[in-house]
Amino acid sequence: MDPQAAKMIGAGIACIGMGGAGVGVGTIFGHYLAAALRNPSAAQGQFGNLIFGFAVTEALGIFSLLIALLLLFAL
Amino acid sequence: MDPIHQFQIQNLLTFGHIGGQEIAFTNSALFMLIAIAVIAALTIGATSSRALVPGRMQSVAEMSYEFVADTLRSSAGSEGMKFFPLVFSLFMFIVTVNVIGIIPYTFTVTSHIIITVSLALVVFLTVVVYGLYKHGLHFFKLFVPSGIPIYILPLVTFIEVLSFLSRPVSHSVRLFANMLAGHITLKVFGGFVVMLGGLGFLGSLGAILPLGMTVALTALELLVAFLQAYVFAILTCIYINDAIHPGH
Repeated sequence: MDPQAAKMIGAGIACIGMGGAGVGVGTIFGHYLAAALRNPSAAQGQFGNLIFGFAVTEALGIFSLLIALLLLFAL
Repeated sequence: MDPIHQFQIQNLLTFGHIGGQEIAFTNSALFMLIAIAVIAALTIGATSSRALVPGRMQSVAEMSYEFVADTLRSSAGSEGMKFFPLVFSLFMFIVTVNVIGIIPYTFTVTSHIIITVSLALVVFLTVVVYGLYKHGLHFFKLFVPSGIPIYILPLVTFIEVLSFLSRPVSHSVRLFANMLAGHITLKVFGGFVVMLGGLGFLGSLGAILPLGMTVALTALELLVAFLQAYVFAILTCIYINDAIHPGH
Protein backbone atom coordinates (compact mmCIF):
# COMPACT_ATOMS: atom_id res chain seq x y z
CA MET A 1 0.00 0.00 0.00
CA ASP A 2 1.09 3.54 -0.65
CA PRO A 3 2.51 4.91 2.65
CA GLN A 4 0.61 8.17 2.20
CA ALA A 5 -2.68 6.30 1.86
CA ALA A 6 -1.83 4.13 4.87
CA LYS A 7 -1.19 7.30 6.91
CA MET A 8 -4.55 8.75 5.95
CA ILE A 9 -6.36 5.51 6.84
CA GLY A 10 -4.44 5.34 10.13
CA ALA A 11 -5.41 8.90 10.99
CA GLY A 12 -9.03 8.08 10.32
CA ILE A 13 -8.90 4.97 12.48
CA ALA A 14 -7.17 6.91 15.28
CA CYS A 15 -10.10 9.34 15.38
CA ILE A 16 -12.46 6.48 16.38
CA GLY A 17 -10.90 6.69 19.84
CA MET A 18 -12.47 10.10 20.31
CA GLY A 19 -15.88 8.42 20.33
CA GLY A 20 -15.01 6.82 23.66
CA ALA A 21 -14.10 10.20 25.11
CA GLY A 22 -17.39 11.53 23.78
CA VAL A 23 -19.30 8.82 25.63
CA GLY A 24 -17.32 9.54 28.80
CA VAL A 25 -17.79 13.31 28.70
CA GLY A 26 -21.49 12.84 27.97
CA THR A 27 -21.83 10.50 30.95
CA ILE A 28 -20.09 12.98 33.26
CA PHE A 29 -22.20 15.98 32.25
CA GLY A 30 -25.39 13.94 32.09
CA HIS A 31 -24.95 12.59 35.58
CA TYR A 32 -23.96 16.01 36.87
CA LEU A 33 -27.10 17.53 35.40
CA ALA A 34 -29.32 14.74 36.77
CA ALA A 35 -27.82 15.15 40.23
CA ALA A 36 -27.97 18.95 40.03
CA LEU A 37 -31.69 18.85 39.25
CA ARG A 38 -32.31 16.61 42.23
CA ASN A 39 -30.36 18.81 44.61
CA PRO A 40 -29.65 22.19 43.03
CA SER A 41 -28.23 23.68 46.22
CA ALA A 42 -25.35 21.18 46.29
CA ALA A 43 -24.56 21.51 42.58
CA GLN A 44 -22.31 24.56 42.81
CA GLY A 45 -19.98 22.85 45.26
CA GLN A 46 -19.31 20.00 42.82
CA PHE A 47 -18.39 22.22 39.87
CA GLY A 48 -14.67 21.75 40.45
CA ASN A 49 -15.07 17.97 40.53
CA LEU A 50 -17.12 18.17 37.33
CA ILE A 51 -14.40 20.06 35.50
CA PHE A 52 -11.71 17.74 36.86
CA GLY A 53 -13.55 14.64 35.66
CA PHE A 54 -14.22 16.28 32.33
CA ALA A 55 -10.54 17.16 31.92
CA VAL A 56 -9.28 13.68 32.80
CA THR A 57 -11.77 12.03 30.45
CA GLU A 58 -11.20 14.46 27.64
CA ALA A 59 -7.44 13.90 27.78
CA LEU A 60 -7.86 10.37 26.41
CA GLY A 61 -9.81 11.60 23.41
CA ILE A 62 -7.23 14.30 22.87
CA PHE A 63 -4.51 11.64 22.80
CA SER A 64 -6.17 9.88 19.87
CA LEU A 65 -6.64 13.22 18.11
CA LEU A 66 -2.94 13.84 18.68
CA ILE A 67 -2.07 10.53 17.00
CA ALA A 68 -4.23 11.50 14.04
CA LEU A 69 -2.55 14.92 13.78
CA LEU A 70 0.91 13.36 14.07
CA LEU A 71 0.10 10.91 11.27
CA LEU A 72 -1.28 13.65 9.04
CA PHE A 73 1.28 16.39 9.54
CA ALA A 74 4.34 15.35 11.52
CA LEU A 75 5.43 11.79 10.61
CA MET B 1 -5.36 27.02 2.11
CA ASP B 2 -3.12 25.36 4.62
CA PRO B 3 -4.74 25.15 8.08
CA ILE B 4 -1.34 24.57 9.71
CA HIS B 5 0.23 27.73 8.34
CA GLN B 6 -1.10 29.85 11.23
CA PHE B 7 1.13 28.01 13.70
CA GLN B 8 4.36 28.81 11.89
CA ILE B 9 7.02 30.50 14.00
CA GLN B 10 8.58 33.46 12.24
CA ASN B 11 11.71 35.28 13.24
CA LEU B 12 11.06 38.96 13.73
CA LEU B 13 14.57 39.87 14.86
CA THR B 14 17.55 37.55 14.47
CA PHE B 15 20.28 38.15 17.02
CA GLY B 16 22.79 35.54 15.86
CA HIS B 17 23.71 31.88 16.08
CA ILE B 18 24.93 29.83 19.01
CA GLY B 19 26.19 26.35 18.12
CA GLY B 20 24.15 26.14 14.94
CA GLN B 21 20.97 27.23 16.76
CA GLU B 22 19.35 30.45 15.72
CA ILE B 23 18.72 32.94 18.53
CA ALA B 24 15.86 35.14 17.46
CA PHE B 25 12.93 37.18 18.69
CA THR B 26 9.94 35.31 17.25
CA ASN B 27 6.26 36.06 16.87
CA SER B 28 5.67 33.58 19.71
CA ALA B 29 7.86 35.66 22.03
CA LEU B 30 6.13 38.83 20.84
CA PHE B 31 2.68 37.51 21.75
CA MET B 32 3.92 36.25 25.12
CA LEU B 33 5.22 39.76 25.83
CA ILE B 34 1.88 41.24 24.74
CA ALA B 35 0.08 38.86 27.13
CA ILE B 36 2.39 39.87 29.99
CA ALA B 37 1.78 43.54 29.19
CA VAL B 38 -2.00 43.00 29.22
CA ILE B 39 -1.88 41.16 32.56
CA ALA B 40 0.42 43.78 34.07
CA ALA B 41 -1.80 46.60 32.83
CA LEU B 42 -4.86 44.83 34.26
CA THR B 43 -3.47 44.04 37.67
CA ILE B 44 -1.31 47.11 38.27
CA GLY B 45 -3.70 49.55 36.61
CA ALA B 46 -6.73 48.13 38.40
CA THR B 47 -5.22 48.21 41.87
CA SER B 48 -3.60 51.64 41.60
CA SER B 49 -6.76 53.56 42.59
CA ARG B 50 -7.97 50.97 45.16
CA ALA B 51 -11.50 52.34 45.38
CA LEU B 52 -13.81 50.95 48.06
CA VAL B 53 -16.50 50.50 45.41
CA PRO B 54 -14.56 48.89 42.55
CA GLY B 55 -14.78 50.19 39.02
CA ARG B 56 -14.83 47.97 35.95
CA MET B 57 -11.10 47.25 35.76
CA GLN B 58 -10.79 46.73 39.49
CA SER B 59 -13.77 44.35 39.45
CA VAL B 60 -12.14 42.18 36.78
CA ALA B 61 -8.89 42.04 38.72
CA GLU B 62 -10.62 41.29 42.04
CA MET B 63 -12.88 38.66 40.48
CA SER B 64 -9.99 36.81 38.85
CA TYR B 65 -8.06 36.94 42.13
CA GLU B 66 -11.00 35.58 44.13
CA PHE B 67 -11.76 32.96 41.47
CA VAL B 68 -8.26 31.48 41.56
CA ALA B 69 -7.99 31.83 45.35
CA ASP B 70 -11.30 29.98 45.84
CA THR B 71 -10.23 27.18 43.51
CA LEU B 72 -6.92 26.76 45.29
CA ARG B 73 -8.41 26.98 48.79
CA SER B 74 -11.12 24.41 48.06
CA SER B 75 -8.78 21.82 46.56
CA ALA B 76 -5.50 22.31 48.45
CA GLY B 77 -6.67 23.88 51.71
CA SER B 78 -5.37 27.05 53.33
CA GLU B 79 -1.87 25.54 53.40
CA GLY B 80 -1.90 25.60 49.61
CA MET B 81 -2.27 29.37 49.54
CA LYS B 82 1.52 29.73 49.59
CA PHE B 83 1.39 28.49 46.00
CA PHE B 84 -1.15 31.14 45.03
CA PRO B 85 1.36 33.27 43.05
CA LEU B 86 2.28 30.25 40.90
CA VAL B 87 -1.30 29.21 40.19
CA PHE B 88 -2.49 32.77 39.59
CA SER B 89 0.39 33.48 37.17
CA LEU B 90 -0.27 30.25 35.27
CA PHE B 91 -4.01 30.88 35.04
CA MET B 92 -3.72 34.52 33.96
CA PHE B 93 -0.96 33.77 31.45
CA ILE B 94 -2.81 30.88 29.82
CA VAL B 95 -6.20 32.58 29.71
CA THR B 96 -4.74 35.80 28.27
CA VAL B 97 -2.66 34.00 25.68
CA ASN B 98 -5.63 31.82 24.64
CA VAL B 99 -8.01 34.75 24.29
CA ILE B 100 -5.48 36.82 22.34
CA GLY B 101 -5.05 33.82 20.02
CA ILE B 102 -8.72 33.91 19.00
CA ILE B 103 -8.32 37.36 17.42
CA PRO B 104 -7.70 36.87 13.67
CA TYR B 105 -4.10 37.29 12.41
CA THR B 106 -2.67 36.75 15.88
CA PHE B 107 -0.54 33.85 17.03
CA THR B 108 -1.65 31.33 19.67
CA VAL B 109 1.32 30.72 21.93
CA THR B 110 -0.26 27.71 23.68
CA SER B 111 -0.70 25.86 20.37
CA HIS B 112 2.97 24.87 20.57
CA ILE B 113 3.71 21.89 22.77
CA ILE B 114 7.09 23.24 23.88
CA ILE B 115 5.31 26.06 25.73
CA THR B 116 2.73 23.86 27.44
CA VAL B 117 5.33 21.22 28.33
CA SER B 118 7.46 23.91 29.96
CA LEU B 119 4.49 25.10 32.02
CA ALA B 120 3.49 21.54 32.97
CA LEU B 121 7.06 20.63 33.95
CA VAL B 122 7.25 23.68 36.21
CA VAL B 123 4.18 22.35 38.03
CA PHE B 124 5.45 18.75 38.07
CA LEU B 125 8.89 19.68 39.43
CA THR B 126 7.33 22.02 41.99
CA VAL B 127 5.20 19.14 43.25
CA VAL B 128 8.09 16.65 43.40
CA VAL B 129 10.62 19.05 44.95
CA TYR B 130 8.20 20.54 47.49
CA GLY B 131 6.80 17.10 48.38
CA LEU B 132 10.26 15.67 49.02
CA TYR B 133 11.36 18.80 50.90
CA LYS B 134 8.27 18.87 53.12
CA HIS B 135 7.73 15.17 53.78
CA GLY B 136 11.02 13.52 52.88
CA LEU B 137 10.55 9.86 51.99
CA HIS B 138 6.98 9.97 53.32
CA PHE B 139 6.16 11.67 50.02
CA PHE B 140 6.26 8.22 48.39
CA LYS B 141 3.21 7.25 50.46
CA LEU B 142 1.43 8.97 47.59
CA PHE B 143 1.98 5.80 45.57
CA VAL B 144 0.86 3.39 48.30
CA PRO B 145 -2.80 4.02 49.12
CA SER B 146 -3.92 2.82 52.54
CA GLY B 147 -6.66 0.24 52.97
CA ILE B 148 -5.72 -1.82 49.93
CA PRO B 149 -5.43 -5.64 50.32
CA ILE B 150 -1.78 -6.69 50.32
CA TYR B 151 -2.04 -9.03 47.30
CA ILE B 152 -3.11 -6.29 44.88
CA LEU B 153 -0.93 -3.58 46.46
CA PRO B 154 2.02 -4.04 44.02
CA LEU B 155 -0.32 -3.65 41.06
CA VAL B 156 -2.00 -0.56 42.52
CA THR B 157 1.39 0.98 43.35
CA PHE B 158 2.58 0.34 39.82
CA ILE B 159 -0.53 2.01 38.40
CA GLU B 160 -0.15 4.96 40.79
CA VAL B 161 3.49 5.50 39.77
CA LEU B 162 2.56 5.26 36.10
CA SER B 163 -0.30 7.73 36.47
CA PHE B 164 1.95 10.11 38.41
CA LEU B 165 4.57 10.00 35.66
CA SER B 166 2.03 10.54 32.90
CA ARG B 167 0.71 13.69 34.60
CA PRO B 168 3.00 16.19 32.87
CA VAL B 169 2.21 14.52 29.52
CA SER B 170 -1.56 14.73 29.83
CA HIS B 171 -1.35 18.12 31.57
CA SER B 172 0.50 19.68 28.66
CA VAL B 173 -0.99 17.76 25.75
CA ARG B 174 -4.54 18.64 26.84
CA LEU B 175 -3.98 22.37 26.58
CA PHE B 176 -1.86 22.14 23.44
CA ALA B 177 -4.18 19.77 21.53
CA ASN B 178 -7.32 21.70 22.46
CA MET B 179 -5.91 24.96 21.16
CA LEU B 180 -4.43 23.31 18.07
CA ALA B 181 -7.59 21.39 17.16
CA GLY B 182 -9.84 24.40 17.75
CA HIS B 183 -7.81 26.70 15.55
CA ILE B 184 -7.47 24.09 12.78
CA THR B 185 -11.26 23.60 12.80
CA LEU B 186 -11.79 27.36 12.53
CA LYS B 187 -9.38 27.57 9.58
CA VAL B 188 -10.99 24.59 7.82
CA PHE B 189 -14.46 26.16 8.05
CA GLY B 190 -12.99 29.48 6.93
CA GLY B 191 -11.53 27.63 3.95
CA PHE B 192 -15.02 26.33 3.05
CA VAL B 193 -16.28 29.93 2.89
CA VAL B 194 -13.50 30.89 0.46
CA MET B 195 -14.00 27.77 -1.68
CA LEU B 196 -17.78 28.21 -1.96
CA GLY B 197 -17.44 31.95 -2.51
CA GLY B 198 -15.33 31.24 -5.59
CA LEU B 199 -18.19 29.32 -7.24
CA GLY B 200 -20.29 32.33 -8.26
CA PHE B 201 -23.62 33.59 -6.94
CA LEU B 202 -25.12 30.26 -5.80
CA GLY B 203 -21.85 29.35 -4.12
CA SER B 204 -21.86 32.64 -2.24
CA LEU B 205 -25.36 31.86 -0.96
CA GLY B 206 -24.15 28.46 0.19
CA ALA B 207 -21.12 30.06 1.87
CA ILE B 208 -23.43 31.64 4.47
CA LEU B 209 -23.71 28.27 6.23
CA PRO B 210 -20.00 27.74 6.96
CA LEU B 211 -19.69 31.45 7.76
CA GLY B 212 -22.33 31.10 10.48
CA MET B 213 -20.56 27.96 11.65
CA THR B 214 -17.30 29.90 11.92
CA VAL B 215 -18.96 32.55 14.07
CA ALA B 216 -20.48 29.86 16.32
CA LEU B 217 -17.14 28.05 16.55
CA THR B 218 -15.40 31.29 17.54
CA ALA B 219 -17.83 31.61 20.44
CA LEU B 220 -17.11 27.99 21.37
CA GLU B 221 -13.37 28.68 21.15
CA LEU B 222 -13.79 31.56 23.60
CA LEU B 223 -15.38 29.11 26.04
CA VAL B 224 -12.63 26.55 25.42
CA ALA B 225 -9.92 29.18 25.89
CA PHE B 226 -11.25 30.00 29.34
CA LEU B 227 -12.13 26.41 30.26
CA GLN B 228 -8.71 25.03 29.38
CA ALA B 229 -6.99 27.71 31.45
CA TYR B 230 -9.31 26.81 34.33
CA VAL B 231 -8.64 23.10 33.85
CA PHE B 232 -4.89 23.75 33.85
CA ALA B 233 -5.21 25.78 37.06
CA ILE B 234 -7.45 23.27 38.85
CA LEU B 235 -5.20 20.34 37.94
CA THR B 236 -2.25 22.36 39.25
CA CYS B 237 -4.16 22.84 42.52
CA ILE B 238 -4.91 19.11 42.77
CA TYR B 239 -1.28 18.15 42.11
CA ILE B 240 -0.10 20.68 44.69
CA ASN B 241 -2.56 19.16 47.15
CA ASP B 242 -0.81 15.83 46.60
CA ALA B 243 2.51 17.43 47.49
CA ILE B 244 1.10 18.96 50.69
CA HIS B 245 -0.96 15.96 51.83
CA PRO B 246 0.64 12.86 50.26
CA GLY B 247 -1.28 10.26 52.32
CA HIS B 248 -4.52 9.29 50.62
